[in-house]
Amino acid sequence: MAQVSPKNEGLLLVSRYLVLGLVAAIFLFPLIFMMVSSLKPDAQLLADTSSLRAFLPVGDVSLDNYFAAFDRAPIGRFMLNSVLITVTTVILSIIICSVAAFSFVYLEWTGRNVLLSIILATLIIPFETIAVPLLLLVSRLPWLGLEGMEWGWLNTYRVQIIPWIVDALTVFLFVQYFKDLPRELIEAARAEGASWLAVYRRVVMPLSGPVLATAAILKALKMYNEQYLWPLIVVQDEAHRPIMVGLGYFFQLDVAWGELMAYLTLISIPVLLFYLIMQRAFIASIASTGVKG
Amino acid sequence: MASKLTRSNGAGWAFALPGFILLFLFIILPFFFAFWFSLTNQRLISPNPTEFVGLSNYENLLGVSILTLEPERDEAGQVVRDADGAISYPRVRTITRNPDFPQYKGMREWFRWQSGENARVVVAKDVVFMKALTNTMLFVLIIVPLQGGGALGLALLINQKLRGINAFRAIYFTPVVISIVVISLLWRFIYDGDDGLLNNVLAALTFGAFEPVDWLGNTDTALGSIIVMSAWQAMGFHMVIWLSGLQTIPATLYEVAAIEGSSSWQTFRYVTWPGLRNTAVLVLIVITMQAFALFAQIDVMTNGGPLDSTQTLVFQAVERGYGKQDISGGSTISVILFFIVLLISLVQRYLTREKR
Repeated sequence: MAQVSPKNEGLLLVSRYLVLGLVAAIFLFPLIFMMVSSLKPDAQLLADTSSLRAFLPVGDVSLDNYFAAFDRAPIGRFMLNSVLITVTTVILSIIICSVAAFSFVYLEWTGRNVLLSIILATLIIPFETIAVPLLLLVSRLPWLGLEGMEWGWLNTYRVQIIPWIVDALTVFLFVQYFKDLPRELIEAARAEGASWLAVYRRVVMPLSGPVLATAAILKALKMYNEQYLWPLIVVQDEAHRPIMVGLGYFFQLDVAWGELMAYLTLISIPVLLFYLIMQRAFIASIASTGVKG
Repeated sequence: MASKLTRSNGAGWAFALPGFILLFLFIILPFFFAFWFSLTNQRLISPNPTEFVGLSNYENLLGVSILTLEPERDEAGQVVRDADGAISYPRVRTITRNPDFPQYKGMREWFRWQSGENARVVVAKDVVFMKALTNTMLFVLIIVPLQGGGALGLALLINQKLRGINAFRAIYFTPVVISIVVISLLWRFIYDGDDGLLNNVLAALTFGAFEPVDWLGNTDTALGSIIVMSAWQAMGFHMVIWLSGLQTIPATLYEVAAIEGSSSWQTFRYVTWPGLRNTAVLVLIVITMQAFALFAQIDVMTNGGPLDSTQTLVFQAVERGYGKQDISGGSTISVILFFIVLLISLVQRYLTREKR
């Protein structure tokens, strides 16, 4: 085998980092362009695309686009709606899906396998294909509110939350995780007379940190990032709109590119911050969906 | 094995029911509605009562036929050619609108090819649907190897022991956490025909020799552009799945390979790849499912255009069901899509079954 001289080794190391860096540029450049452009007036923004200045905060740089964007659309309201919808759905989802998965894995009851198979089969139904029938359904559903009985769920928060609570993937993640927990713990707790609810709360949940993080992260990303078609068709009033639908405000007549970039940056910053802080949990959560194969 | 400790019908149902009811109400029930609507002429708002129409929605979407056009001839029996020497044929509509051929009624030309002196013309009842179908298939066929292979390349790249490698892993994963709507809007800028970043970069690399292309406005490049962007966006996701597969391969196998003096390709071929089999199946299935649901990119970037070159099944299902208020038409597309995905997942399951 050929000996690698120290000099060659250094060169090899540099070339490795060069490759890694180039690939990193490929994955980052649109985001850098977005953030940098949000600081520039439209004319300069468009002119800069012909050079590397497109990726540098140079020239007439200011926060004017952000102020203008806030004037154009009730961004605070939209952001609040998105966060409210996301947080509520995530909490309800991990509770209801984990309770169901708990039942599928640890309890034995008639119909268990059939029900689980039906749930998992819905994995192959893309949401968009049932969006219109679902629209017809929710427009006629009853709701018992503080003001008594009312019909129709359009233009509400609940129409953006309740249909999204349970999905096959979340149930599947919990089922896979629970299968690997030591069964003896559960049986021991039962033998000591603990109720099923107590087993769930005191034995299983304290051991479920990783899967709870996974389910919560995946659901949060879906709710915050991908709520686009659904709110577009079920929410017409501004008060309940989420952040993605607000994009329409920036496409009236002339596109205000700088303001649009500011808005896109504002949409992305909460997730990016969240990702930056919880980076390891994010990546671990995706990895854990794959370990089983 | 039913033990007294775990057997409990009451608690079992009580725990599973809230989740199941929600899933039933908001996924399964609308799905059966779609099934039912596909057999009717349901519209969002209609003065006429809804009628049961059997399978006619399916016939209207799937009807395809081949016509043979003979060249036009002059009195001497010579084939008539135009100024460029191309053979001239009778118009397709002389057949599709001819009361003598009721089987071709309402069909339009989809594509044609030359066969000797004759032209063969494929006519379809719903050309837009057929384009959506073939585009979706094309999208799936290209993005599965592109995204899966690219992600594996990234995973191998990131699976080395270097200082700061985790930072690179985090960077490659970043587009995954950004909304596809945001990403699509940004890439409209990149693909723009005038001020687009891609054109400017290519022009700079070729010292101005590159002719600017309107990537999304050109029927030859629009779908390809969307494929590349979609692959780019989710590659980090599948990189992480590949990585977790790579890390299950025992280090001792690599040590043995190194002692045996195997090349890096041999190591990959005989150590790494066999160890990734289960991961490959998962990546394949996930990308396929995501690819069939292609919608947001189309809606934001092209609206199915130019000339229907980026129509997809889901985009058509939404456009008809909601945009044109033709619920039965949209639902029929949804049901067809469901059967395609079901078929593919059964085939994949069969091909990747555990061999014992």
